[in-house]
Amino acid sequence: MALIIALPILGGLVILQSAILSSMPLLMGTPDLVLITILAWSLQDRVETVWQWSFMGGLIMSFVSGLPFGTYLLAYLAATMAARLIRRRLWKGPFMGMLAVTFIGTVIVQGASWLARWLTGVSIPMEQVLNLITIPSLLLNLILAIPAYYVMRDIAGWLYPEEIVV
Amino acid sequence: MSEMKGNSPKSVPTIVFVLVAVGLVVMALGGYLTPVSRTLFNPLIEAQTWLATRFQAIQGLLSAPADVTSLRQSNAELEAEIARLQVQVVELQQQLAEAQVLSSLVDYARSRSENRYIAASVIGRDPSPFLHYVIINSGSDDGIRRGMPIVTQQGLVGQVAAVTAGAARVQLITDPGSTVNVILQQSEVEGVIRGEITGELNLEMIPQSATIQAGDLIVTSGYGGGFPANILVGQVSTIRSNAFDLFQSASVQAAVDFSQLEIVLVIINFQPIDITPLIPSN
Repeated sequence: MALIIALPILGGLVILQSAILSSMPLLMGTPDLVLITILAWSLQDRVETVWQWSFMGGLIMSFVSGLPFGTYLLAYLAATMAARLIRRRLWKGPFMGMLAVTFIGTVIVQGASWLARWLTGVSIPMEQVLNLITIPSLLLNLILAIPAYYVMRDIAGWLYPEEIVV
Repeated sequence: MSEMKGNSPKSVPTIVFVLVAVGLVVMALGGYLTPVSRTLFNPLIEAQTWLATRFQAIQGLLSAPADVTSLRQSNAELEAEIARLQVQVVELQQQLAEAQVLSSLVDYARSRSENRYIAASVIGRDPSPFLHYVIINSGSDDGIRRGMPIVTQQGLVGQVAAVTAGAARVQLITDPGSTVNVILQQSEVEGVIRGEITGELNLEMIPQSATIQAGDLIVTSGYGGGFPANILVGQVSTIRSNAFDLFQSASVQAAVDFSQLEIVLVIINFQPIDITPLIPSN
């Protein structure tokens, strides 16, 4: 069930991002809804489909985006791995944990995007990337991170109900 | 006799009454009784007015619930009608704006009849902020191929970078990976326009000996095989010239407003030429 609803949720988010949010940048930065959703999903307890969601999100974004194929896929998987590590080892509070993984995940995806463009012969000055893309995108992602976490917690609670021992 | 006795005393008051009545009628018709009638009737009229007003108020109060219900229903119907009409107005305004854009695109296409065009709507932008690409709703099923130039009535937009059956991804000339060979219309100086991550255009490779001025129009040169010649790209805004550099450069004001792209034209009879094999490698 969790895999079946992943497709419409992630697909809908990609459409929303491409059709609306990409037309409303902050400087040149835009929020990454798919990344935030995947990170919020990976922080939920009892969820068993974290990697599948990450893979699906990366695949859809790779098809839609003009970045070299697989850039988003690898970046999302790396961000998911970072989120799982943080969840297990460092953080107990979901609020701070979500902000931390959003920060790290955004840096990973932005770094991968910059690297992919550099490898394809398009060198963008790092200063411009930081000032115009990374910091505004980070800000937007952090703003959306907490609502996304609670939405995904509700979905996780619906898909993976807590077992009550009688 | 008895009848005469009986009638005589009764008939006198009757006759008097009739005479008085006739007299009153005649006086009333002559208007002589108006002051008297006013004095007599005015209090009655006022009393009746007071009573009627109260009665109508009470009657209105008693029948109010039915009126309020019908008024509320009528109000809801009118509000629904207003909402429907507002939606219709917005739709018509949108259709009008679209028709105006299409009309200007048709004018542009007619003015350049050597090319064949397909109109397509912009349905999205690349989700990555590192790319300046848009997605259009026409693809290989409509005859669109990779490399075809995209224009609007304002000027050059970009080039088709990837195609699926029903959609295509267009690289805008503002993308940092985009280069366009251009020529300045007035001075006929050649150069190259590159996109920047900021969304601006930069004119490069202008020889130091060339004289360029702010406001010079820039059109495609057709060199390199990527774009047809003589499509407007923009105009020179700020010139950067350093005596120690090999070339001058300049900021370019794009002819197209890339933030407002809605409908574009794909030039479908232009075959881009890949000159990469002709470029000598080191």
